[in-house]
Amino acid sequence: MSDRLSLDSLLNIEHLLHDDERAARDAVQQWVKTRYLPLLTEAHRQGTFPAEVIPELAELGVFGSNIDGYGCAGMSNVGYGLVMQELERGDSGLRSMCSVQGSLVMYPILAFGNEIQRKKWLPELASGRMIGCFGLTEPSAGSDPSAMKTTAVKDGSHYVLDGMKAWITSSPVAHLAVVWAKVTNEDDHIRGFVVERGTPGFETPEIEGKFSLRASPTGEIHLNECRIPAENLLPQSGGLKSPLSCLTQARYGIAWGVIGAAMDCFDTVLDYGIQRIAFGKPIAQFQLYQQQLTEIANQIVHGQLMNLHYGRLKDDGKITPVQVSLMKRNNVRAAREIASMARGMLGGIGITDAYPVIRHMMNLESVYTYEGTHEIHTLAVGRALTGLNAFGG
Amino acid sequence: MKILVIVKRVEDPEIKIKLKADGSGIETEQMKYVVCPFHEIAVEEALRVRDASGGENEVVALCVGPEDATQQLRTALAMGADRAIHVVAATSALDPTLEAIACEKVIREESPEIVILGKQAIDDDLGVLGGMLAERLGMSQGTFASKEISLDSDEEKSKIPALKIEGGRLTVVREVDGGIETLSLSLPALVTTELRLNMPRYASLPGIMKAKKKEIRTIQLSDAIGDATMQLKVIKLEAPPKRQAGMIVPDVATLVSKLRNEAKVI
Repeated sequence: MSDRLSLDSLLNIEHLLHDDERAARDAVQQWVKTRYLPLLTEAHRQGTFPAEVIPELAELGVFGSNIDGYGCAGMSNVGYGLVMQELERGDSGLRSMCSVQGSLVMYPILAFGNEIQRKKWLPELASGRMIGCFGLTEPSAGSDPSAMKTTAVKDGSHYVLDGMKAWITSSPVAHLAVVWAKVTNEDDHIRGFVVERGTPGFETPEIEGKFSLRASPTGEIHLNECRIPAENLLPQSGGLKSPLSCLTQARYGIAWGVIGAAMDCFDTVLDYGIQRIAFGKPIAQFQLYQQQLTEIANQIVHGQLMNLHYGRLKDDGKITPVQVSLMKRNNVRAAREIASMARGMLGGIGITDAYPVIRHMMNLESVYTYEGTHEIHTLAVGRALTGLNAFGG
Repeated sequence: MKILVIVKRVEDPEIKIKLKADGSGIETEQMKYVVCPFHEIAVEEALRVRDASGGENEVVALCVGPEDATQQLRTALAMGADRAIHVVAATSALDPTLEAIACEKVIREESPEIVILGKQAIDDDLGVLGGMLAERLGMSQGTFASKEISLDSDEEKSKIPALKIEGGRLTVVREVDGGIETLSLSLPALVTTELRLNMPRYASLPGIMKAKKKEIRTIQLSDAIGDATMQLKVIKLEAPPKRQAGMIVPDVATLVSKLRNEAKVI
């Protein structure tokens, strides 16, 4: 048999990365493999996040790694993307938690907060002493966040928040939440607020019974006459575009992350196909198996190219939200199909956690739906291409 | 206190090595390189000793290797070394005598109190550089430095150095057959590290970004070794013979018969 070509060499992305980007990728890959994966199977079975790794993640510098200053690494967006890829090669739950911390909590404080707020919270979040969550979605307002019912009422030197947020990654363990609410007695705009745990009326019950992202706590946020100091308003936030710009940051990371999960599926089925013998030969020698392997490799290379291209554009400040919609849409769909195909390629044992594939497969169901569903991104791109809005008023 | 730590660039142990058809070396296509794990432990120990010592302290990383070995020096800088010196050579698998001569020149210029390196490199497994260097420099040496306590201990987790400096001397614990030997060395001293000395830290992402701004001074190998010439020549590399497939025998009698008549071992 001739020599095997590695998946990496098929694209040779290596050649196009900078030294610091490669080094960051390798450091996170090594950490996930040696420190996280040994804890994961049990955590996943139990449906818990192994929180003991938070200080190690912080020491590694993964929280807000593309932010400059405030204790953050200040990496390029390609470097940041590669970090997300390696986290999700481990588990989408781990990547989700880090995406939320960096893109949905630290980013809005950086982008819409004042210097006092940045200095107060960013170093705490970068060092993992605080974990954050992001409250936009509500039980009856998902794809249409403008329909939110959560309100904020200015009352002297306080705002009083009322409402309920749902499907909130990390809310059960978070020390603070960036919550979006309509300020009814000012301008009726959607604005961002930082709510710290311990505030009376703030509760975060966990959502039970998940078949997906089991190693990541998901909850609700209940705001019941929650009085927060007026200085916790993020002053530069205003209108729906503020939370949506946070989601654009997070989706960019998701597009990279899911390729990591897909790569793990590829590596698993390649090894399996070479070891597993049927009808007297490795199953990887069968045409059907090779066709599926080729399809997976092809989709991964496609996704990596998109990530690298848009990552460099983002570094140049030229990326647009519709491009991020396209990345998220394409790569998540590809990863979801890859995981499902890989599950089948493993045969019966593929339904157990002896291999990571079914875990990725179930995780990617969440990723397909969260941060803008596949369908919404389709319509966002469709709107951009036609100039005609298929949703909304 | 100045500590000089030697890092060696080696082939990534997770990548399967393939020999060139003529046995003159290994295939470098698709190869990745890393800091040798023994030397990574040396970097970690150097950083701990630096951080535990009062006053002005500095860790200088030194590598003798090809142009691309800057990547391994960047790893040492990302872990926390302060600056680096790169002796640019055609290869990492240099004749150890030449490597010792090159390192000696740099070390004499830098005059550190402590030199730390891995006890051997995982590529050629020669394990002679530490001893050669100590001899050339006239330094006291503590080889195969290890740690008495477990790598799961709180002391290890708090990154407390195993090498201790007291009263101008360096205490080194080393594993010997059936026990522990403790040496007290006069300074300057050279230490080679065993695997069980510490758990090296990961290069953090902020560390990687800071490392980009740290100084790497380059010296050409020819300027470091003068007219010294190669003492050691690799003639040929060969893979070990492939293991023959095993067989399952039906009963003990057949086994004994095969061992006696075919394998001729009983």
